[in-house]
Amino acid sequence: MRMQPNAQFDGQPVPEGAAATAIELSEASVTFGRGDRAVPALSKTTLKIADGEFVALVGPSGCGKSTILRLVSGLVQPTSGVVIVGGREVAARAMRVGMAFQNPTMLPWMTIERNIMLPLKIVEPFRSSFRKLRKTEFRDKANALLEQVGLKGFGSRYPWQLSGGMLQRANLCRALIHEPRMLLLDEPFGALDQFTREELWAILQNLWMMHKPTVLLVTHDLREAGFLASRICVMSARPGRILDDSRVEFARPRTVAMTFEPEFVALNQKLRTFIEDARSAAEQGTG
Amino acid sequence: MFGIDIRQKAWSAGLIVLFFVAWELFCLMTGMSDLVLPRPSQVFLTLYQRFPVLWPHIVQTLATTMFGFVLGVALGVALGAIIGVSKTAYDTCYPLLIGFSSIPKVAVVPIFVLWFGSGTVPAVLTALSICFFPIVVNIATGLATTEPELEDVLKALGASKLDILWNVGLPRTMPFFFASLKVAISYAFVGAVLSETVASNRGIGNVMMTASSNFNVPLVFAGLFVLAGLGVALYVVFSLIEGRVTGWATRKNDVIAT
Repeated sequence: MRMQPNAQFDGQPVPEGAAATAIELSEASVTFGRGDRAVPALSKTTLKIADGEFVALVGPSGCGKSTILRLVSGLVQPTSGVVIVGGREVAARAMRVGMAFQNPTMLPWMTIERNIMLPLKIVEPFRSSFRKLRKTEFRDKANALLEQVGLKGFGSRYPWQLSGGMLQRANLCRALIHEPRMLLLDEPFGALDQFTREELWAILQNLWMMHKPTVLLVTHDLREAGFLASRICVMSARPGRILDDSRVEFARPRTVAMTFEPEFVALNQKLRTFIEDARSAAEQGTG
Repeated sequence: MFGIDIRQKAWSAGLIVLFFVAWELFCLMTGMSDLVLPRPSQVFLTLYQRFPVLWPHIVQTLATTMFGFVLGVALGVALGAIIGVSKTAYDTCYPLLIGFSSIPKVAVVPIFVLWFGSGTVPAVLTALSICFFPIVVNIATGLATTEPELEDVLKALGASKLDILWNVGLPRTMPFFFASLKVAISYAFVGAVLSETVASNRGIGNVMMTASSNFNVPLVFAGLFVLAGLGVALYVVFSLIEGRVTGWATRKNDVIAT
């Protein structure tokens, strides 16, 4: 599916050369519950993401970052405003999206390759030929992805035989197996130790450079955002809205050593200030 | 691993043999009358001699148990799936289910007899009504514990409720299901024998009733042994099936982490 060019939208920076828009939120807001118990999760947010961009969403916890992901994936409907994904307004049935959460949720009764092939069992056009191809083409596809994340030969293992970092790599494979144009990641590396996390940054960067999906990454880790993203959006405290939107211009492939260079540290500092301001503003607001 | 397993089994077998030997010795030393407590050797002898007579009753009890059990499983799975998938159905049905399950099933047998006459039908129905509850509870619990993240991942792919139920919900329920089957088959057995004891002219329960009114105590005990044997056999069958189908749930013990 190709993205429809959508040039008349204004407000957010659009990368030079890329005209097609993958995700577009205009004045989208989300409120959970009704009446007295209504909780505003996201206040009128406008965000435009181009096809193939890698965008990181950072902000204080509970600020509606995950709500944006759920909006884009079609799991949540906007209370007001419009969400357009891949040129269509998001309806109940979502487009081809790959998702990964902090919890890898591999099914314990299946081998890793069968786990990774699960989306093929559900998404067309793979679904109709799943029975025929699961032992040949689809399995090769799963194993090719496993090789790309450094898990060659682990396809026939069961999830309990793998470490947390390995499971999270398998999780990325499962999110990518059906060739989604869009990858939605909700703190995928949050539960990992620092070294494993850095290792997975490099793997995810590789996958992105190879497959070029549009990525929306929710994270708490500012270094992670700086390392991976081509654009970082900072959100305010609940109900969230976007405070700052800046491009990250460092050359790729980026390395962990690079995250200690002055320029990178300066970017980190800038983001940190934004988030601290947002937090203190929220405290004054509620207190 | 293997050695420990064998030794464990040897201990279990030893304990069973010891139990019977102690029983035998106790009867011999106290000169216990076989109208009160027959010796195991007498019981086994009676069992051997009367086996041709007992056999049709064994078949009868086994058949009613299995029939009631199969119906109970079908009903239990259907009901469990409904209340496991829908929170509303769960909240609505649960009080009624608890009410049904807390009725002592002995009290229901006379009603079944009133409706269907004595014999096979009340036995099947008692077996059914006593065994379906653990299945409902376990299926519902299994379905309700599906990880929300995984559900989101699949929903974002456009998976229907049925897709999720089929690929994730039902397989996840299997360990719960088989654990409940082991309980349910024993319950069904109890239900069938109970009903036979109260109102039937066939089945092991009836044999034991008749034998005890004739003061044929060794035969009563022979019936008891048959019941124990059948109960163990059914339990073993379902344990073996469980091990084959849901081995993944218990295999976490021997992790080969790398």
